[in-house]
Amino acid sequence: MQYASAIVNGILLGGLYALFAAGLSFMFGVMRLVNLAHGALAVLSAYGALILVRAGFVSPLLALLVVVPAIAALGYVLQRFVLQRTLTESPLPSLLVTFGLSIIIENVLLLTMTANTQHLSLGGFEKSSFSLGGLQVGWLPLITLLVAIVALGAMSLVMGRTQFGRLVRAVSDDAPTVSLMGANPKHIYAIAAAIAFGLVAIAGVANGLRAGFDPPSGNAMLIYAFEAVIIGGLGSLWGTLLGAMILGVVQDLAAAIVDPSMGDLAGHIVFLIFLIFLPNGLIQRKVRL
Amino acid sequence: MLELDGVSVYYGQLPAVREVSLSVPNGGILAVIGANGAGKSTLLKAIAGQLPIRAGRIVFDGKDVSRLPAYRRARLGISLVPEGRRLFKSLTVEENLLTALATRRKGPWSLEAVYDRFPLVAERRSRRAGDLSGGEQQATAIARALVANPELLLLDEVSLGLAPAIIGQIYASIPVILEQGTSILLVEQDVQQATRASHDVHCLLQGRTSLAGRDLDLADITRAYFGG
Repeated sequence: MQYASAIVNGILLGGLYALFAAGLSFMFGVMRLVNLAHGALAVLSAYGALILVRAGFVSPLLALLVVVPAIAALGYVLQRFVLQRTLTESPLPSLLVTFGLSIIIENVLLLTMTANTQHLSLGGFEKSSFSLGGLQVGWLPLITLLVAIVALGAMSLVMGRTQFGRLVRAVSDDAPTVSLMGANPKHIYAIAAAIAFGLVAIAGVANGLRAGFDPPSGNAMLIYAFEAVIIGGLGSLWGTLLGAMILGVVQDLAAAIVDPSMGDLAGHIVFLIFLIFLPNGLIQRKVRL
Repeated sequence: MLELDGVSVYYGQLPAVREVSLSVPNGGILAVIGANGAGKSTLLKAIAGQLPIRAGRIVFDGKDVSRLPAYRRARLGISLVPEGRRLFKSLTVEENLLTALATRRKGPWSLEAVYDRFPLVAERRSRRAGDLSGGEQQATAIARALVANPELLLLDEVSLGLAPAIIGQIYASIPVILEQGTSILLVEQDVQQATRASHDVHCLLQGRTSLAGRDLDLADITRAYFGG
């Protein structure tokens, strides 16, 4: 029963990791940009919700209505005016700039919000659970997983069925030629970044409800997101969800069987095993995002 | 329609096109010919906005478009069928055509009209573009440019690497495109093919205009083509 519970909770935790990882995977798929500030942005979003709650917003969920558009807008501007300039043949400039960005965000948060661990609260709902065949299932993780599935499903529909989705896939194939079709690749990149940032904002707030956060806690999230993306297969949306679930299950199982402190390590080990034996991940990219 | 006035294009320090002036009349056609490396493709890329020009002016429909980015020129009605086709390989043929709707231009070339004109493309509409043969790819690339309903179609070596029968089919579509009021600027290595398609010929040699005129003598063109 203990294992079954660990597996179910691990799958639910995978929903949160998938929300983290989807934006990372999406930006890489579209513009070959690895955003090392992804974790820091999640933490920034959580602090954003915290500030709004302190300023009188009734609930962090209501704060999402402000935080998600704000972070998405930040994504658009940042991509259009900063990250765009780092897109060269070499991946190094974008890595350096996003790494620098993560350091700036972390330190600004340290200066303004202190290093104390913070929590977001839904008045106890975030800890509540229901019983399913003897298993305790948390409402918040379940809802997070559903949000992740809805978000990935929506993205998948947009990418597959709409003109914007076609242009995103086209730009990932051959950006200069997209401009011949009358669309501005920089604008498409920036919207893609806005979507990725919006997703990570949701993930950051969800994580703030689930666990405590402090300014440096984005680093661990970034690593989980990377691991989920690699296990699932770079650029595949549903692969990312699968990878995130595998990572969540492994972490929870190891914590339940071996020792509560072993979860992270077990996750890293499984990730390394995938990297060695299945470096392209579970779902090899057929259709790029 | 299109006027180039002393246009120069450089790759770094290297001049690829030097002080070229030419014009394409409204609804007309002009063939730019020249050997490999004469600067033909560079010239077309500069007109489409994919390469910056170092000197001169590009005027389209009375408007100086020299500094406009490529996507703005496409919206004004300049469509380039690029060298090597440059289809979006992971998209289907139909999706490739639909991307050109981003120009938001109205005109005779609806998806249906294009499929009617290019049955080969219609047959392959749900194939992935990366899986097409060379001829199918070229036809798709032209069809894609037409969906944008351009006022000026730039064709870059559409016959390159294709079987003669396919080249014939592709060139057969040129009069149809002209009939719809679209002007064409075509770049070609094959002199006979070019002179058959267009009375007006502009010859480039090492980036410079070596000869230009109407119904030119083949011997003159050959001299202008190879130099000497």
